[in-house]
Amino acid sequence: MRKELCSALTHISADPSMVFFTGDLGFMALEPLQAVMAERFINAGVAEQNMMSVAAAFAHDRWNVWCYSIASFCVMRPFEMIRNDICLHNLPVKLIGNGGGYGYGVMGPSHHAVEDYGVLLTLPHIHVYIPAFDEDVAAVIAAANHRQGPSYIRLGRGERPHDYAVPVYAPWRQLVRGDNGIVIVTGPIAGMVWQHCATLPDTQRPDVWVVSELPLDANTIPDAVWHRMARKQSVVVVEEHVSHGGLGQMVAFVAAVRGLHLPHFHAMAAGGLSLGVYGSQAFLRTQSALTATALLAHLGVHDEQ
Amino acid sequence: MPHPLAWCHEQLILMHANANVGHLGGNLSCIDAIYHTFGILRPNDRFILSKGHSAGALYVVLAAYHIIPSAWLETFHRDNTNLPGHPPANTIDAIPFATGSLGHGLSLAAGFALSQRMRNTTQRTFCLTSDGEWQEGSTWEALIFLCHHKLSNLTILIDNNGWQGFGSTTHVASMHDLVEKLSAFAVEITSVDGHDATAVTHALQQQSHAPRCIILNTTKGRGLPGLADTLQSHYLPPTPAQVAQALSYLHGEQ
Repeated sequence: MRKELCSALTHISADPSMVFFTGDLGFMALEPLQAVMAERFINAGVAEQNMMSVAAAFAHDRWNVWCYSIASFCVMRPFEMIRNDICLHNLPVKLIGNGGGYGYGVMGPSHHAVEDYGVLLTLPHIHVYIPAFDEDVAAVIAAANHRQGPSYIRLGRGERPHDYAVPVYAPWRQLVRGDNGIVIVTGPIAGMVWQHCATLPDTQRPDVWVVSELPLDANTIPDAVWHRMARKQSVVVVEEHVSHGGLGQMVAFVAAVRGLHLPHFHAMAAGGLSLGVYGSQAFLRTQSALTATALLAHLGVHDEQ
Repeated sequence: MPHPLAWCHEQLILMHANANVGHLGGNLSCIDAIYHTFGILRPNDRFILSKGHSAGALYVVLAAYHIIPSAWLETFHRDNTNLPGHPPANTIDAIPFATGSLGHGLSLAAGFALSQRMRNTTQRTFCLTSDGEWQEGSTWEALIFLCHHKLSNLTILIDNNGWQGFGSTTHVASMHDLVEKLSAFAVEITSVDGHDATAVTHALQQQSHAPRCIILNTTKGRGLPGLADTLQSHYLPPTPAQVAQALSYLHGEQ
């Protein structure tokens, strides 16, 4: 999604108050943005802690501030700066983390971000955007650009199935209609869920919804989702993030608060940072049982694929 | 009427005594510099207290310059106060950030300085760090950044009182000679007696084409009989006898 990011940011870069910081990353992707922003494109060097506090000061001075790094470096190293300097003061710094989940695959666990939004959402004011498809990036950037508080944008690699058109961006979008429970998914892994659920026979096909903004707000969850969850069928949540602090826990929480009993609830999540094995994003998903086979089993569907 | 700086000292001691809290030593080492800095600030200049544990000194100086009501000082460290033990967030315009965790302030100050330079303003930024705070890696990240960007509108003040949380800076993690270390960077360094009004004010008013760093050689717990230049002054609230002696000393000094 880096090229889409570059394009979307370039599109709004005429705003003279916009300033873009990078933690020395963006090679072969962000050069066009650098060219148009000139001195407002600041490579802050390999110093994420400093970058976040500098960004906070710029936001305090009413600049339109964007901060880019690999997702794990964007969140983990400078966490206290995000907490104290940005979120505590409700400053509209837009953090952009590339390679959410296992996006950096065999580069190793130092580069994985499987706890990022769970950790960040413990902080005040912050809003998380998780584009599922390349086509979402422009709309996410536009939404974050107008937000008054801090934001975190978790990028990955789009996995839109061929021959499917991405619905217009919204925090909640329905990808598949069915009558066999519901799958709620966030992030690019939505592509895998979409592909495997859309082709199921009518009687086996679930509703599939993709969520692209967190935290969950019970008041903005579509009625159709509530109705489906109330039917005591399978409710499967899929995310490339650990279960602690993840979407699965959020769904279970809002359901519990509303008094819903989810007898067939399944949270499919990343296995974590310490899997003990190394490999591609696809391999690590398999190690985490983030697979079509596991998904279909949770839906009570025999996997013949 | 006492001299405003003497009033600040008195209020600082009484405030900590009434609240029965420590951190007084590090407040007394830097209160003079904070007072003199606010004396030379222009309306749009900024001051960042990176050593947030000296918030008490900042509060009394803000009161002395009528930036916050003096009555607030009586609420220091109490429930429902605007003046907690470390600077508050979103409460006082003159305190743009809630510092207190060491290693944030210099980056915040560098951000302000670069922001204002990109806007072609004459606004200056002053940042007071502790000496122990230079053990934080982020402070060096900030130094690299502000030197790289040649932020000549930024002045760093270092309260060089020689003590930190659990020992002397020399014995815990020595960076002696800190001036020598800083000299490797493109900053203009001045060392002064941090309790000498003339020297501090003169140093603050100097201009340079490079970022400036003023090493304030100070005494932790200065003016507290028996506690000056001790680790105890970092943590222990003053006893009534020490308060009486300190105030007597203060009044005699005037």
